[in-house]
This record gives sequence, structure tokens and C-alpha cells, in this order.
Amino acid sequence: MTTSPDLVVQVDHLTKRYRETLAVDDVSFSIEKDKIYGLLGRNGAGKTTVMSILTAQNFATSGDVRVFGEQPYENARVLGRMCFVRESQKYPDDATPTHAFAMARLFFPRWDQKLADRLIEDFQLPPKKRIKKLSRGQLSAVGVIIGLASRAEITFFDEPYLGLDAVARQIFYDRLLEDYTLHPRTVILSSHLIDEVANLIEKVIVIDRGRIIMDDDTDAVRDRAASIVGDTAIVEAFVAGREVIHRESLGRVSSVTVLGALSPEDRRRLAAAGLEVGPVSLQQLIVRTTQHSPSDTAITTEGAVR
Amino acid sequence: MIDEGRALFLQIAESVENAIVEGTLAEEAQAPSTNELAAFHRINPATAAKGIAMLVDKGVLYKRRGIGMFVAPGARQVLLGERRAAFADRYVDPLLAEARKLGLAADDLADLVRDRASAWEAASVNEGMTR
Repeated sequence: MTTSPDLVVQVDHLTKRYRETLAVDDVSFSIEKDKIYGLLGRNGAGKTTVMSILTAQNFATSGDVRVFGEQPYENARVLGRMCFVRESQKYPDDATPTHAFAMARLFFPRWDQKLADRLIEDFQLPPKKRIKKLSRGQLSAVGVIIGLASRAEITFFDEPYLGLDAVARQIFYDRLLEDYTLHPRTVILSSHLIDEVANLIEKVIVIDRGRIIMDDDTDAVRDRAASIVGDTAIVEAFVAGREVIHRESLGRVSSVTVLGALSPEDRRRLAAAGLEVGPVSLQQLIVRTTQHSPSDTAITTEGAVR
Repeated sequence: MIDEGRALFLQIAESVENAIVEGTLAEEAQAPSTNELAAFHRINPATAAKGIAMLVDKGVLYKRRGIGMFVAPGARQVLLGERRAAFADRYVDPLLAEARKLGLAADDLADLVRDRASAWEAASVNEGMTR
């Protein structure tokens, strides 16, 4: 595999199997330096597995993983430059947030205590209370503060917002953007609140049932699909031969979501036929391309495996 | 304000163009920086930078080394020309389509436009007098 200084992560034919379950299925992708990525997909799609392998907290069944051009396993040179904020991070029983931040300060060379103090205020976190006694949202805040204040060269946030209300989540997004602007670094944000993160991420990787089904610039993905609304017969005539990812109808009116950007000629035809064209948000596009009936979900959820 | 289905950098570029067309951002004035736009719209700074780059390519903004981006002289006229050229497509066509649905003829529409225009004029004269 060729290594480039602009690629901080390279994953080549990565597979992870838990007994009979294929959690990650022959996945290859790379992560560019100093960009914010969205790693999106349904629960159990394989997001956490991929991130835990990249941070050496889990082993690959096969395939090759490089971080900063090196294998991450037991590699202190690599691990100290990465921060992984897990959804279910465990802390010692009698630890307080202050203890957790003191540990993080020792581990992460670029730790910024001023930023941590400010975030403690922002999230109104009681720093002397035992972590065990914190609410779910306060526990998430501890992880978010460590993720931001560590200023690691690569930071993984795995569904970091459990229990955080809308206001606290907005604080997280705002502080992330603000600090990223001042100190550019690579951020991988795993989320299923797609609408909330769509404007923050420059790159989007969608993983579905252990496979990558989308890996692109977020902006390029935005006009990849359109929904065509109007008289069913006319809509069907227009979409014939196009890739349809969703269909809905109400009486004689249909709304059909098609993949592929519309040409100016398409738009003229649509206007002449009296059909309306609606935008498809990143969230809608991903929902449409990853929705299957529960019976064809071959992958058990991460939680069941743990 | 942000429309989810369209490329974000185009929307950012448009928001700056709007300010120039409306005159709130004058020619030769300093344009908002990439970071200011990113913070204001809560978007990735790379996306804001892409919008700004588009306006530079188009000649609407120009860069003063070490200081920032400025509105190019003549930018407003260029944008006004562009908007006027697109006006029929963006506003008149949908108006005609809706009017046809409601059974309004082009003449009915023209009468409506004139009526409304004089109502607007009267309102702005009143506003002027009370000021």
C-alpha cells in the first residue's frame, strides 16, 4: 500500500468476523488529514467496530490498517496521537470528572486545560461528583470534553451525544467547529443524527451491514438525488430508465426519489410537464439507501456481540 | 435558512451575493472571512472557503494579500445583470404555472401586478411622510 502524508488513515480490505457474524466485510477507505468526516449508518452497521480497530482496541480478522502510515497495535507513537471517545466509555469506580481530565492531560500531549475548564462551564458539569453518579448526559459531556480538549491529531467521536439535550448538542457542535477552525485536525464523527451533523462534515462515509456504500465529499452527495412529484403517470414516464430509490403515492400523485443529478435539459422537461422537483437531504438520501426490512439484516448489533 | 438539498457552498456564495445586491456589502468593502461565515452559518470552514473561492473565480471578490477578501468594483452591476437574466425563469415561470392552475389569464396576472405595485408605492410614500 502506498502511504501519503495527506492520508492519516488507510484501511485495506478490512474484515471483522465475530463467530458467524460478519461485522465488517472487506472494507477499504482512507481518511485525509485535517478534515471532518461523518461516519454514518444505522445501529449495528459496523461503525464502532471500524473505529475500535483503528484505535487498536479490537483486532481485525483480516486486512490491513495503517494510521499515520503505521500499524496501530501496541504502537505508542501512533496511539498518543489519537483520541477515541466511546459511547460507553468506562471509568474507575470512584473517579470524578476531575480525575478523568487529569488522566487525559497526562496521556494527550496537546491537552488544553483552559479549553477543558471552559467546556466544564458550558456543559455545567459537576467536576467533583463521582462519574458513577452522573446522569447519562453528564457522562457524555465528560467524553466530549476529553475529545475536544485532547486536541489529538485524530479524534473519533462515537455517538457522543447520548443523553445530551438539543442545547448541549448544539454547544458540542459549536465548540467543535470553533476549535477545529483554530486548530485544524482530523475528526471522525459517528452519528445517526444525520441532519444535525450534515453541515459540519466535509466528507461522508456511509457504512451499511458491514460494507461501505458511500464515500464522498458531502457537497457532492447533496445533489446526487432528487424527488419528482406530480401526476403518477407523468412521473413514471419521466423516471423510466433512472435508478429509483424510493416511491410514495397518494391517490394519483406520486413522489419518486431518483439517483443522479438532473441536467438542465431534465429540468426543462420537468417544468414543461408540470412536475415538481424537490431536494433530498443527506439524511433522506442515507435513509433511502440503507433501509431494508429487519429480516434481511444479516448483522447483529454491536451491543449483542459485546 | 440553509436548504438541505443544495450544495452548501453555492448557498454560502449566494448569501454573500445577496448582501452585495442589497447594498449591505458595498464595493471595496471587506467581505466576511471564511471563519466568520463558517461560525455564522454553523458549517464546516472548508465549505465556506469553497463558496468564497467560487466568488473569487467569478470576479465578485478579490484578495488583498494578508488582509482578506474585498468586494470587487463593478461586482454589484454584474450580479444585478445576472439576477435580472434569471428573473423570468426563477419568478415569472412559477407565477404563470400557478396562475394557469387557477384559471387566471396572463392579462389578469398583469392587472394584479399593477394593482399590487401601486399599493406598494402608496405604502412607501406614507412611510416616507411619517418619517
